[in-house]
Amino acid sequence: MSTEIDRQWTTRLRKRLTGKLPPEKLLPDTQPAYVASWIYVFGVTTLAAMGVVIGTGCILSLRGPQWWHESGVGHFVNSLHLWSVEIFFFAMIVHLWGKYFMAAWRGGRALTWMTGVVTFVVSIVTGLTGYVSQTNFDSQWISTQAKDGINATGGGAFFNVLNLGQMLMWHIVLLPIGAVLLTALHVLMVRVKGVVPPFEDTPKTVKAEVAQ
Amino acid sequence: MSKKGFRPDVDAPEYKGKYTPYDIIKEGTIALVVVALLTVLLAFVFGSPDERAITIKTWSDNAPVDFATTALSELNGTSATATYGAPYNHNGDGQAIGPLNLAKLVGVHIPIDTAHDFVVGPLRTQPNNPKLTTALATWTTASTSTQTAWLDNYTKASSKMKVVNGNVIVPATNAGPVPIMINDLTQMAQSGALDAALVAGHGFYTTNYTKPLLFISDGTYLAAVAQKQHILGEQWGMMNETGMYPGQPWLWLYTMLYQIPPYSTTWADNADIYVWATMMILTAGLLLVPFIPGIRTIPRKVKVYRLIWREHYEA
Repeated sequence: MSTEIDRQWTTRLRKRLTGKLPPEKLLPDTQPAYVASWIYVFGVTTLAAMGVVIGTGCILSLRGPQWWHESGVGHFVNSLHLWSVEIFFFAMIVHLWGKYFMAAWRGGRALTWMTGVVTFVVSIVTGLTGYVSQTNFDSQWISTQAKDGINATGGGAFFNVLNLGQMLMWHIVLLPIGAVLLTALHVLMVRVKGVVPPFEDTPKTVKAEVAQ
Repeated sequence: MSKKGFRPDVDAPEYKGKYTPYDIIKEGTIALVVVALLTVLLAFVFGSPDERAITIKTWSDNAPVDFATTALSELNGTSATATYGAPYNHNGDGQAIGPLNLAKLVGVHIPIDTAHDFVVGPLRTQPNNPKLTTALATWTTASTSTQTAWLDNYTKASSKMKVVNGNVIVPATNAGPVPIMINDLTQMAQSGALDAALVAGHGFYTTNYTKPLLFISDGTYLAAVAQKQHILGEQWGMMNETGMYPGQPWLWLYTMLYQIPPYSTTWADNADIYVWATMMILTAGLLLVPFIPGIRTIPRKVKVYRLIWREHYEA
């Protein structure tokens, strides 16, 4: 009986997940003493800003894409959305540079770095689709300018920045799903592997964590 | 792991030092509250831009000659859209890097015939106008060479185009129905009917503004407004937005490439594809930093990490 249970997909998945990421790793209550720099603030700031971006975007979507042009409250929510996006990108870029100078890919963390970069790229596309979905002069100008670059790659045939409906759907459904999933994966990888340790100036004294 | 096999830019030393208390939930909550408050403050102080969209009616009211000239370029096939190539039509080569023309390779997926879609088609929706109906019938039944002759005659005289009492006046002879078509399209645009006709191509409901946006961007009015807002391409327009707002500063590198040689000189005719190719290579480079010798070594060599982990190294 127990053998049959052990062979179940559910059991195997649970064992694999809890083996890789036990609760004390997922939600740790201690951290290595070297995690003591302001640079670490920008990772969690990026996550917090992403939360505000999504929250304000959800409020904007309640009354539809034209609401913010017609209502003072709507315009204020749009301003919240805009500024949370600015904070999000600022924090994300500082986080990225911080991780570069820590060489945070060391010790088998290359995939963590790569998911972070892909999240950054997806966020840029999400931002662009937002700008071209504003239904005002900015969206007219930015979309007619952006089309030439995308068309030159051949991508314009499938990703038409002049098509408001397509851009809005990408902006509020597909790209946020991608960004959130990638961010979740990125954070889970950080929790699995832990925060990268400092460079050891005298490597002869240490045992190494070797990249997989 | 032997000392010999340790690669300092790839492998990480095992940490055997102290651990300190860390409340991840509290940290996340504080970050969320601080970011939310900062967002409210910035939104309250600076707000956000919302310049009204330009309609074809606005354009034709404010710059009727520019509108009528653009309409003529759509009809005679000389506008930017008419000669664009893929993905809109086969009338242009598009941009290429050497022999590689990706747009052409992918082909036409958003077919646009500017003469039909921007001029003749919308004019056909106009009711109760026998003169226009006759003009369109004359246009449609004429041979291509006759149409071309009419257009050439009208185009030659169009530099003297003026609008008097809402009528487009061009001193052209032997231009067939072209003067009526351009005049009526301009009046249709000024009534607001052309805005509706261009977006209603797919039926009652629509969310696709490809045609009106291409038509508007073929004129000079949109760019003139953009210039006043300091968002033209040569004004780093892609990353800016109207007013004194930060726009998309994360696109600075992409936008900067358009401003510098050889993208702005030797490669200017194919600047978009060269800029995109460069950005794709740089993005791939960023993605693969952990595997690129030299690039991955820089952090260890420049030692910014000693500043980041100052307390660790002082301990």
